[in-house]
Amino acid sequence: MTSGGLRREPPASRMPAWVGKAVPWILLVAVTLAALASGKYSVSIHDIVLVLAAKLSGSASGLPQNVETVIWNVRLPRVACGLLVGASLAVAGAVYQGLFRNPLVSPDILGVSAGSSLGAVLGIFLSLPVLAIQSMAFAGGLASVALVYAIGAAVRRHDPVLVLVLAGIAVGALLGACISLVKVLADPYNQLPAITFWLLGSLASVTQGDFLSVLPAMIIGLVPIVLLRWRLNLMTLDDQEARALGIETTRMRLVLIASATLMTAAAVSISGIIGWIGLLVPHVARAFAGPNFSRLLPVALLLGGGYLVCVDTLARSIAPVEVPLGILTAAIGAPFFIWLLTTTRQGWQ
Amino acid sequence: MTLSAVDLSFGYRGTPLGRGLTLTVEPGEVLCLLGPNGCGKTTLFKTLLGLIPSLGGRLELDGRAVSSFSRAEFARRVGYVPQASAGYFPFEVRDVVLMGRASRIGIFAAPSRADQAIAMGALETLGIAHLAARSFSAISGGERQLALVARALAQEPGMLVMDEPTASLDFGNQARVLERIGTLAASGLTIVLSTHDPGHAFACADRVALMKSGAIVATGAPETVLTAQALGSLYGVDVAVSWLEQARHHIAVPVLRTSRARQAPSG
Repeated sequence: MTSGGLRREPPASRMPAWVGKAVPWILLVAVTLAALASGKYSVSIHDIVLVLAAKLSGSASGLPQNVETVIWNVRLPRVACGLLVGASLAVAGAVYQGLFRNPLVSPDILGVSAGSSLGAVLGIFLSLPVLAIQSMAFAGGLASVALVYAIGAAVRRHDPVLVLVLAGIAVGALLGACISLVKVLADPYNQLPAITFWLLGSLASVTQGDFLSVLPAMIIGLVPIVLLRWRLNLMTLDDQEARALGIETTRMRLVLIASATLMTAAAVSISGIIGWIGLLVPHVARAFAGPNFSRLLPVALLLGGGYLVCVDTLARSIAPVEVPLGILTAAIGAPFFIWLLTTTRQGWQ
Repeated sequence: MTLSAVDLSFGYRGTPLGRGLTLTVEPGEVLCLLGPNGCGKTTLFKTLLGLIPSLGGRLELDGRAVSSFSRAEFARRVGYVPQASAGYFPFEVRDVVLMGRASRIGIFAAPSRADQAIAMGALETLGIAHLAARSFSAISGGERQLALVARALAQEPGMLVMDEPTASLDFGNQARVLERIGTLAASGLTIVLSTHDPGHAFACADRVALMKSGAIVATGAPETVLTAQALGSLYGVDVAVSWLEQARHHIAVPVLRTSRARQAPSG
């Protein structure tokens, strides 16, 4: 309050505006092309562009059939699913972190992962077909969050956000116990490895059909979040403060939780549990774009998609066998997170 | 803008803090609420603002029940300045002030240039326009308090409710906040505030209300209500009240039993 003049000094650790806008796009395109090009059967960037252009315009690419097959039928579904899953987890993570006013929250906070896991693990245990396992994972995720929300709505004496978190922890623990029980009962040679692999996440078996079946759910979840992106800023305030500013917080929270949960459950249903993306990517996005959701959400979406495609490409190329994604995201994410903790001044206070 | 509570019961379900409270805030006045810690000032404010439901009695804003307003309708009429805002994420000050526009724009809309101009105007009114691009969590407590007032002004309300706007501020910032309150009152805003310093009530209030154990025990002009006796029984300490010519208002100070006896300065 000493000088009355207008000083517009940008916060020290924030990048110039154009960097924040351009870098995520550049990273995304570069990572996507690299992912399509790399693998046992190597193809050039030029071939990729030719095939994509030919498929989209309906003309012939003039390339050998097996090149087209590798790019269009094998790698593209996997890369596209990686983009969808990564983007969904990152956006849902950013929304949850805002809603729960805590930068250490991930999309698992309300039990969506635990519910999805139980659904999928039961499906594997009952030897159901893949589509049924995916459906059970999707339904399990939604059901567990609905249960947590119902408990939160029934308890009215405390801060609504705190009650939700605590209910989420309790329900998550209960579901975890059920998952452990199924693992104990499962056939140790056939079902248990499948369960373990699912719980660590993988995109190895995704198909074009998977892409098309989860896309609608993710879009339905994303639309309300994008529309309400500015109001999300107010949801990071204390509940009563936000209401005093004119926000119907209960309704808003329900819509946003439902949307973020839909996106997460859809992602988990095809990929299994991939930890760390929903926690880490929003942090990195915030370092680029600041905490304002109008700028944060697009950056989180692009970085999340790009990051998962990058990790998935590593998962299928660094070893003779597929490395589960959950192992890689944790192995990369945890050290990076610690580095972020020690260097960021502006990430959160 | 008139806010009136008649026979109001308030508190949290199961633990009522006050019963039968009657209080009217008249248009254009500065009403200052004084009372010891835990007497229910913050809870009363939150009840008046419709943030927690009243447990009984009548509560009306311009003759209409507070509970019948939508949150946005109410926010366009009454702005609330909380004691502090936690600031979990490092928003820029102008983003924080822009949040005051939420009740004025469509549910899917982001603030327009006009909204940004109003937010900047609010910052200028409070003399903190130079903080617009700073992080809310990196500025001082006094600046933060002023930014929260600016956010409430961006709501373009007819009434401001301020919960201890001078709490936890240093001596100079307290004076600056009180000065701004005076300026805002002169511009026609109705203001309700609470404070722990009777001197602040003398300095800025048209009317004071003394609150004890969830009840209003006295209301009226500061000079008639804030007597040494009334303040003494309100806070349970001996109080001296005196006119201070240089400040042109009364001040009140506690008389300590352990006070080291000093000679009055000569001359």
